[in-house]
Amino acid sequence: MGTDKPLLVLEHVSKSFGAVQALDDASIELFAGEAHALVGENGAGKSTLVKMLAGVHRPDRGRLLIDGREAVLSSPAAARAAGIAVIYQEPTLFPDLSVAENIFMGRQPLRRGRRIDKKLMRRQVVEILKPLGVGLDPDRLCRGLSIADQQIVEIAKALSLDARVIVMDEPTAALSAYEVERLFGAVGALRHNGAAVLFISHRLEEVFQICQRATVMRDGRRVLCAPVSSLSAGDLVRAMVGRDMEARGDGMRRVPGEPVLQVERLTREGVFVDISFEVRSGEVVALAGLVGAGRSEVARAIFGIDSYDAGSVKVGGKPLRKGAPVAAMAAGVGLVPEDRRLQGLVMELSTAANIGLASLGRLRRYRLLRRAVERRFAEEWATRLRLKYGRLSDAVSTLSGGNQQKVVLAKWLSRNPRVLIVDEPTRGIDVATKAEVHRLLADLARSGVAVLMISSELPEVLAVADRVLVMREGRLVAALGGEEATEQTIVAAATGQAEVAA
Amino acid sequence: MASLAFPASARLSSRRFVEAVMRAREFGIVAVLVVFVVVTTSVQPRFFDNQNIKFVFSNAVIYALLALGETVVVISRNYDLSVGSVLGLSAYLSSDLFQRAHGIPIVGVFAVGLAIGVGCGAVNGAIVAVARVPSLVVTLATLYIYRATDVLIIGGGMVVANTLPGGFLSIPTSSVGPVPYLAIAVAAAVAAAAYYLGTFRPGRDLYAIGSNPEAARLAGVPTGKRVFWGFVVSGGVAGLAGVLWAATYGTIDSTAGYGYELTVIAAVVVGGVNIFGGSGTVVGAALGALLLATINQALYVLGISSFWDPAIDGALILAAISLDHWITVRLTSALRKRSVRGAA
Repeated sequence: MGTDKPLLVLEHVSKSFGAVQALDDASIELFAGEAHALVGENGAGKSTLVKMLAGVHRPDRGRLLIDGREAVLSSPAAARAAGIAVIYQEPTLFPDLSVAENIFMGRQPLRRGRRIDKKLMRRQVVEILKPLGVGLDPDRLCRGLSIADQQIVEIAKALSLDARVIVMDEPTAALSAYEVERLFGAVGALRHNGAAVLFISHRLEEVFQICQRATVMRDGRRVLCAPVSSLSAGDLVRAMVGRDMEARGDGMRRVPGEPVLQVERLTREGVFVDISFEVRSGEVVALAGLVGAGRSEVARAIFGIDSYDAGSVKVGGKPLRKGAPVAAMAAGVGLVPEDRRLQGLVMELSTAANIGLASLGRLRRYRLLRRAVERRFAEEWATRLRLKYGRLSDAVSTLSGGNQQKVVLAKWLSRNPRVLIVDEPTRGIDVATKAEVHRLLADLARSGVAVLMISSELPEVLAVADRVLVMREGRLVAALGGEEATEQTIVAAATGQAEVAA
Repeated sequence: MASLAFPASARLSSRRFVEAVMRAREFGIVAVLVVFVVVTTSVQPRFFDNQNIKFVFSNAVIYALLALGETVVVISRNYDLSVGSVLGLSAYLSSDLFQRAHGIPIVGVFAVGLAIGVGCGAVNGAIVAVARVPSLVVTLATLYIYRATDVLIIGGGMVVANTLPGGFLSIPTSSVGPVPYLAIAVAAAVAAAAYYLGTFRPGRDLYAIGSNPEAARLAGVPTGKRVFWGFVVSGGVAGLAGVLWAATYGTIDSTAGYGYELTVIAAVVVGGVNIFGGSGTVVGAALGALLLATINQALYVLGISSFWDPAIDGALILAAISLDHWITVRLTSALRKRSVRGAA
């Protein structure tokens, strides 16, 4: 790279959707052999740029150069033919077809008589997967593959296409640490082959770990493009938000009150065993642990989505009927689930309807929903949570990820919960909104709500929680308060390196 | 990395398991079929004589043929409800030719039946693929339209057997032992279709479209074109089945093939084809048709009122769908266990 000509250039491109200017005179250059970070807050225009490279959107103004020649990507197939491969956060595979067929769909190797050469296909898949260090069986159906393995299938697809530009849209958002390492290995292999990798991530430490250059976008424009070695995390964040981030103040320590949520010896066979803890009014308790340790399952059981085999849950001293979310809601429990698109929101409904969804009882008269009341209600909460939206009547799917999460929060906060359970509240959310969510949780606790937060991000756990409970393999293995909770003690407990009395 | 997540890695080959399950689907139908035949024969030995077997086969071939075409459509997450009407239209128009065009060769009549079916299928396919109307609605509409056309043309009349040449009427009845040549021909057609769907790109494309239409589009699969041709195949096959229907029954009025679409879809579902597309085979669907025809005949031979026939078909559909669901759930969890744990 450096003096070489760039492989791909987007030059002064603009794109608007209706009144929304998604990209405004944005540019980016990608060189062979580099991993190039693209960062920015949600809504900064990254997705639009990606879709342009994927051949989904075409620029209103500006042009695209590949190898110095102007190119038009009129369809996903055209983008693929031009050597551009896009790997989405949640890959779209064929669950009923084999790994090999997924990789070669539409361009399977043929033998005599235009028949698909299955043996050759299988051999090629094995060869492609070898440098990635993955033992995926080419004949295995894709149904049931983990997201990490699905991404590996997508990467294998890109490799089999000899793609020269590989765009990865938040590939690490749903991966475990081990899987992230494996993915980074694959990125290295791609770069080594002379491909340019455009890497989009909200985790800045990943940018510093694998990227050579970074482009920062804000409000549809490029605000910074520089070698990563010349940048600090602070530089990136400043460029993204356009201001300095305020440091978290520990000044307002909260004073916990009475226990509000009491969980006693909760057991769901094969999932979690003998879970006991309490969350008091005014405190944030984090539930930490490895992915698959059973944390979300405990939350689901408390809220009544799943039943449990033994134990009890009490809210405000009164036992909660098991397996009954309606009873949990009536007792003042709220749950912000892990997957906001599938569980937290009704994507086709409007923003206003989603905010009001858990409060329908208050929004109706004579059993009829009053739209005007719903809208005023939604407006109030949208303002309180500083929601960025076009119109409240638009489908909630039009909002960016961070704003969608705010809608889920608004839905529950508007019920004035006594207990709020939040599961991975900031997954896939940009830095600034993340800080807002953290502040919100702190404010909630200060106002007397008992907050139970599940999080896989240690800095988040340490920044927000008063106490940290650690789960491992379905059991509560540690309760760490105040000073005891550090990255080392949590990881040690979560991985079983040290047993701490619960 | 501050993320708290490590996998408990364990990866085993799942190939054998998956293959076993897939094979088990067709094997399961054969097993049910065998049990049915054995039980029925033990109660009424007459069931296993040549005449009866021939009867079952000649009933099954038309349904099996229709099921073949329907499977091609269902695999791509579409439905063709118009097959019964297409069959009726083709049965009348083609057999009527023996009177209208004297001396027309039998092959010519089959060609006309095929052409009628292809035409009807092309209309279905074009509306689904170009106008992007859900196929369930499109073919529900054409089910009525094709049937109405049939009624309009025939009026109160009908084609009767004595206007049809003997060579034509003997097509369904000529056989080697108890097995009609026609059954062998249909079996060959099913085998050819299975091979095509398994080893040629357009065939795999249909599975891809049914498995995940959006991903198929992103992979550059010409989805509209493939779906269109799927309907053309289904229509063409129904057209051929119409001619065979005429040869089998000899008397053709405007009710020919009435209600067949539901039996065909029943055969497809019983045969293990996923009603939401993406998986299943034409072999399974044809076996499903054979099973339904066998049960039908068994009830007749056992002297059980044919009143029970739809009830048993219904029970079979429920059993097949429950089994399908159960297998999918078990398969998913088995596959998940066999891959790396992680990624919540």
